[in-house]
Amino acid sequence: MKLLESGAGELFQPPDPDGFREWVHTRKNTKMVDKVMTEQEAVAKFVNDGDYIGTELYGTVRAPMSLVRETIRQEKKHLRVAGQGIHEIDLLLAADLVDTLDITYIAWEVYGISSCLRRAVESGRVKTTDWSNGGITWRFKAAAMGVPFLPIRSMLGTDTLKYSAAKVVEDPFTGKPVCLIPALFLDVGLIHVHKADKYGNCRVEGISGFVHELSRASKKLIVSTEEIVSTDEIRKYPEQTVIPYYLVDAVVEAKYGSHPGEMCYRYWRDGEHMQTFLKDSADPAKTKAYLDKWVYGVKTHDEYVNLVGMDRLRQLESEIGGR
Amino acid sequence: MAGYNESEFLICLASKLMEDGTTAFVGTGVPMLAAALAKRMHAPNLVPIFEFGGTGASLEKLPLGVGDSRTFHKAVAASGICDIMETACRGFVEYGFLGGAQIDAFGNLNTTVIGKYWPPKVRLPGSGGGNDVGSFCWKTIVIMRKHEPRSFVPKVDFITTPGFLTGPGAREAAGLAPGGGPYRVVTNLALMDFEPDSKRMRLIATHPGVKAEDVVKATGFELLVADEVSVNPEPTEKELRLLREEIDKDRYYI
Repeated sequence: MKLLESGAGELFQPPDPDGFREWVHTRKNTKMVDKVMTEQEAVAKFVNDGDYIGTELYGTVRAPMSLVRETIRQEKKHLRVAGQGIHEIDLLLAADLVDTLDITYIAWEVYGISSCLRRAVESGRVKTTDWSNGGITWRFKAAAMGVPFLPIRSMLGTDTLKYSAAKVVEDPFTGKPVCLIPALFLDVGLIHVHKADKYGNCRVEGISGFVHELSRASKKLIVSTEEIVSTDEIRKYPEQTVIPYYLVDAVVEAKYGSHPGEMCYRYWRDGEHMQTFLKDSADPAKTKAYLDKWVYGVKTHDEYVNLVGMDRLRQLESEIGGR
Repeated sequence: MAGYNESEFLICLASKLMEDGTTAFVGTGVPMLAAALAKRMHAPNLVPIFEFGGTGASLEKLPLGVGDSRTFHKAVAASGICDIMETACRGFVEYGFLGGAQIDAFGNLNTTVIGKYWPPKVRLPGSGGGNDVGSFCWKTIVIMRKHEPRSFVPKVDFITTPGFLTGPGAREAAGLAPGGGPYRVVTNLALMDFEPDSKRMRLIATHPGVKAEDVVKATGFELLVADEVSVNPEPTEKELRLLREEIDKDRYYI
């Protein structure tokens, strides 16, 4: 294939499909074993300084917020992060734990842009390589397929490609230029789900986001779940399992684990909490005060839930509405 | 005619561009309100598509993000981002709605950085699904809330999302599928299209009370002007009532 263009962006996690296979063969377990543990145990055991991590879905929606807060409490440093995110990435940036970002979108949608991102990147503290949302998700998909890259038809002709680490080649079949995106194999994936059994068989409700791709692209996968259900329940509706147990390393029970994000059919977003953070995050001192109160100030997710308060959480449950 | 603000005008005008029975990629902000309004007015069969998986939501309640539960409330399908992007890549999505900090004469958009790439003067959110929408949809409609020279620039600092790139034939030469590209630009002053031969932005209608020369002056590049420039319709009482009392009761946007 004729190489037509190479993106100038740094490839923070070069694709290594053989290394991933080797990892699976030597480190993953296809036996059904109980993987339920606390978030402290899971993060201590499976997240290392310098790891490349990804989260799913995203900051205001079914986000693994309790796991992110625990990662910050344990001060896992020099993280490399795949970012289509909101609150989860803002918190990691605010705690200064991120060295590099494969970024597609980090901001607060309707509420505004991210001050944490601006400070981290404009100061030169955090290095970036840009992609599109489709582009980065197909990078997970390539990893999930066990291949080194996939051809896609977006990013072409733009600076998004020029500053990515994608390449453009002449497609050997049509002769037209096509964009190749490198597989993104994650060291650690963090995913929040509606239901899981103790082995890690997981269900999500509503949109699936990129749960299939990210779960299969992760060497180590920590799942937090609104509730733990029996395996008999899982076996009754196997078609609803989006993550089979063998992909999972740890199962952490975390009711309201997505707060202040929403969890469809369970609780609506805590808009007030988010907007307060967003406002405070414009000021580094207030950002630290937020972390001191909501992250460092609690030892566990249960303590966090108490701090938010059941009245507030019941209110959010009533606001989500029906199907 | 009751009074209305610029946002309301923008939303009503964008809404009129949404055809009944078509598919439209809907992003956060004005496009969501425009789609919700269109479904209540002339386009009940509009199928809103949200990048994280929602297809055909009722939009009874205004989504606050492209993945929140309102993007698939009473929808016909709730899938995932790969399915949605691949569906668009196969040609199923007619319209895409986008915004940006900067736009140039060929409709290229910047939502990534102001200044050099790294470290930038201002780090903006990034492409999100914007680049994919601009690459795959048949017709992209750009909504710019403020028509002024600093956002309508001769050269964007960063091409996040492809318009017509450097002009006729450039999208195809870059490998993008033929037939797509920018279709309309809606601002607080006017409505623009792209002149078919040069692919350059062209003024086709102004808002009531706005002169063509005002729009030309507010544009930082040479704006083409159509032979006949019409006047955009004002929001109706019904549209304003729907927007204020149903769609954006909490005043997130208007």
